[in-house]
Amino acid sequence: MSQKAGRQSVLFDPPPYLTSAATVVGPMEGRGPLGDDFDLVYRDLYINQKSFEAAERKMLQEACSLALEKRNIKLNDIDYFLAGDLLNQITVSGYSAAELGLPFFGLYGACSTLTLALSWGAMLVAGGFAQNVLAATSSHNCCAERQFRYPTEYGFQRPRQAQWTVTGAAAAVISAAGESPRIAAVTTGKVIDLGEKDALNLGAAMAPAAASTLIRHFLDLQRAPDYYDLIVTGDLGQIGSGILRKLLARSGYFMEENYNDCGLMIYNPELQQVEAGGSGCACSGVVVLGHLYRRMKAGELNRVLVVSTGALHSPTTLGQGDSIPGVAHAVALEI
Amino acid sequence: MGSYLTAFLVGGLFCLIGQLLFDLTPFTPGHILSGFVVAGGILGGLGLYDKLIQFAGAGASLPISSFGNALVKGAISEASRHGVIGILTGMFELTSTGITAAIIFAFLTALIFNPKG
Repeated sequence: MSQKAGRQSVLFDPPPYLTSAATVVGPMEGRGPLGDDFDLVYRDLYINQKSFEAAERKMLQEACSLALEKRNIKLNDIDYFLAGDLLNQITVSGYSAAELGLPFFGLYGACSTLTLALSWGAMLVAGGFAQNVLAATSSHNCCAERQFRYPTEYGFQRPRQAQWTVTGAAAAVISAAGESPRIAAVTTGKVIDLGEKDALNLGAAMAPAAASTLIRHFLDLQRAPDYYDLIVTGDLGQIGSGILRKLLARSGYFMEENYNDCGLMIYNPELQQVEAGGSGCACSGVVVLGHLYRRMKAGELNRVLVVSTGALHSPTTLGQGDSIPGVAHAVALEI
Repeated sequence: MGSYLTAFLVGGLFCLIGQLLFDLTPFTPGHILSGFVVAGGILGGLGLYDKLIQFAGAGASLPISSFGNALVKGAISEASRHGVIGILTGMFELTSTGITAAIIFAFLTALIFNPKG
């Protein structure tokens, strides 16, 4: 029986379980308003490793072990490991996969990796190709800023539309049998490029992709935004989320109280200097699998739509004058 | 007292121009930095930058535009002595102190410290 719904969506029958979730974060995220919702908070950006890259690997591996430990799932019971990160050749994920010794699908979706991995994981399980899938993603402020923008030592002045890459890692186990919440539906986004070229204004570059995926999701599943208790985008930040509201309103979809952006939730903008908000794979990763997962478990939220957003450029393409393509994937979680 | 004031005002004006370029244009820090060097070089070639230094002292000699001026001045003075080849040999005549100092101090700093963020 086909589970495909509309042009770009899948409505799972039966929906796979998001049976376990774990998050690890750095110092700034720990001090933010959601600090208590993360499983492990490090006070130091190196977390006793010799480089920031090694620190990010450590966080990803710890998030994976925590996700397994929480539900007493053994490594042998995992059929596939799906992971992606921001660094060149997704090395954080590759090295971690070597450590775990699991069959590995490496994913690159930039900051949309969380929902990319959850989508693939849910499809593998719902399609009968796996019993349990471990899905994970991570980012580290110092690695990502150095690769995509400027290292701290450069002394670069951040404009107000810039966003702050979240240091953290998130992992989840998707299972054919287990505990709620369940992954009810997914919508896979198209890559949209409207010509934005400013790498310090990624929210604006990704907002059209988020709008496209959301509209497709509502059409494919014949739902309105108020079907969900909460709709969150990944890391559009202040500027991008404003653009998204406008784009959706133009198509007749009005998102008011039930819309938020993970990049606006993770930090306290009055006390922490993050300009337009948080970003990075770990931004939606830790907010959804740490904070929102807890709220769903506690019965505060029953239906949550997560739309992680990614910018698919590289410093090389930008240097050559190309613009920034954006992508967004939607995952509907239900209790 | 007057020289302090002119240094402060002219140096501040350079910074103001840089900040406005940064805030109002899509130029990256790299663009703005090299723009200042090129502008200093052009003013130096026209003989105007030295007059600015006479007027504002450190206010004009500290900003990176002074580096462009020094590149051009070195090239011109060597060219007047050795001809065309002097343009190439003279380019780093006056700026070698600054460049070498930057490399050595960066090396020493990298030996001792790790980035904190």
